[in-house]
Amino acid sequence: MRPFLPIAAVLAVLAAVPFVVHSNTTLNFLVVALMIALAGQGWNILGGYGGQYSFGHAAFFGTGTYVTAILQVRYGVNAWFGFVGGIVAGAALGGALGALVFRSGLRGSYFALVTLAFAEVLRIIASVAPITGAGVGTLIKLDLGIRTFQFQSRAAFYWIILALVGVSLVLAQLIERSRFGAWLIAVRENEDAAKALGVDASTVKTVAMVISAAITAAAGCFYAQYFLFVDSGIAYGTWISIEALLTPIIGGVGTVFGPLLGALVVKTLGEAAKLLTGDAPGLDLIIYGTVLVLVIWIMPRGLIGGLASARKLMRREAPAAPTGEVRHG
Amino acid sequence: MAEPLLVVDGVTCRFGGLVAVNAASLGAQEGQITALIGPNGAGKTTLFSIISGFVRANQGSVHFAGQNVTGEPPYRLARRGIARTFQIVQPFYGLSVRENILVGAHLHHRKRDAALAVADQIGRDVGLGEMLDRAADQLTVAGRKRLELARSLATEPKLLLLDEVLAGLNPSEIRDIVPVIREFCRRGITILMIEHVMQAVMSLAEQVFVLAEGRIIAKGTPTEIVADPAVVEAYLGRGAAARLGARHGH
Repeated sequence: MRPFLPIAAVLAVLAAVPFVVHSNTTLNFLVVALMIALAGQGWNILGGYGGQYSFGHAAFFGTGTYVTAILQVRYGVNAWFGFVGGIVAGAALGGALGALVFRSGLRGSYFALVTLAFAEVLRIIASVAPITGAGVGTLIKLDLGIRTFQFQSRAAFYWIILALVGVSLVLAQLIERSRFGAWLIAVRENEDAAKALGVDASTVKTVAMVISAAITAAAGCFYAQYFLFVDSGIAYGTWISIEALLTPIIGGVGTVFGPLLGALVVKTLGEAAKLLTGDAPGLDLIIYGTVLVLVIWIMPRGLIGGLASARKLMRREAPAAPTGEVRHG
Repeated sequence: MAEPLLVVDGVTCRFGGLVAVNAASLGAQEGQITALIGPNGAGKTTLFSIISGFVRANQGSVHFAGQNVTGEPPYRLARRGIARTFQIVQPFYGLSVRENILVGAHLHHRKRDAALAVADQIGRDVGLGEMLDRAADQLTVAGRKRLELARSLATEPKLLLLDEVLAGLNPSEIRDIVPVIREFCRRGITILMIEHVMQAVMSLAEQVFVLAEGRIIAKGTPTEIVADPAVVEAYLGRGAAARLGARHGH
């Protein structure tokens, strides 16, 4: 149980926030940050633990969003089932794409390019297909209630997205300490060496992509319920692909808390930059971009990696630095 | 003699116009240490890569424990009990020594605790007991070779393919690691090793195959091999190992 204590502590603190903070603007900000954290955790499973850097996680986010919305609007499906349907559809897409890409042995930048192209193709299809509402988009009718998964209170949405983030944290922790996780990390570190040790690399990567896609799709499903509107630019736009990979990279790639920390920091930074520059258009983006570059430059392993190295450095200063190998022969 | 654990029969492998391995056949007897030697560029590592499934042969077959395993992917061969080390060591640099060995141990142990116990035991067996918590990239060359050995041993193989585990080590490090290899053979692991360090081949191997320009040109006990004119020729002719000729050529 011990590895799950930090997760429980973080969730408990975050769950208390709505009791203290009543401002709708702040809660709205936190809901969006947590949604990005969830999408980022999805990316982190495949990219952080598996080393497969996807530039097209919008494909999964958007599929979650559209399936949730379309099932409700066009087929009259209950919102909760629509939500689950969105996750399942995202996972299925992840499995299909993973099987295709990994069996054909695409790695590194080729993998990144294929995922990017795939998301773009989906965006273009969604912008013309009748079922998605084409250019107009799809609007979910406002109808407050538990059955329709629509709430007046921001706090309710906040707790729902926090619960989803909690599930994703537990999932990441479970993966990290499982055989599957050990194999996934081995593939990231050195695929050939992993294969020689009996790891079926392409299956491991495909399974990781299914889990990854499901989590990011869940963020998309939440988007649909929270904003009640979706069009192709929102669902499959590059913005979400970038947010999903930026948050874990800033926070700490391949760590349980990386995406959550990254999302909170990145989103705060974005807001702060906006406040600072007032009305000057684009200036906030320049500040935002500069700070991100600096963070990656100074802490290539993200905030969590940076903190870990700092702690190690402090500890090493006290006793004498350990010398090379103890045994020489 | 019983059917060897590993039988390589008439394997040929071409890379474009280059014939890296040419109708090579060899066998590794169960419970023994077999060595594969030969001048640089003879095709030894290519032959290893074929046996472990990383490279496909154009012709010929590989049988393991009586079954035809030609062309099977590496992970499946590993599950059958064939483990290999890499000539250029391939540690998972971002992980600790223990986590490196753990990946191998997970092959037959799903539970993390059981796999960790196996990993720690094997780490100690190869002399990395004090390094288990160290990051893999902090190890010396000798340490990395040991780690390479430990990781493949953790898969609990029947056959272990060692690709120059002694290369780059100094004499005292070699003296340290040779007993480790012998000990694992004594525990029942069949070993096929590529090695340039003749002193180690002479003391470890019971059977030696010599590969030159992709062909097996000689086989026999270490003493027979060093006296074989064809072998001396292969090395001397290329001028690569004149000292070998000087030591054994008269």
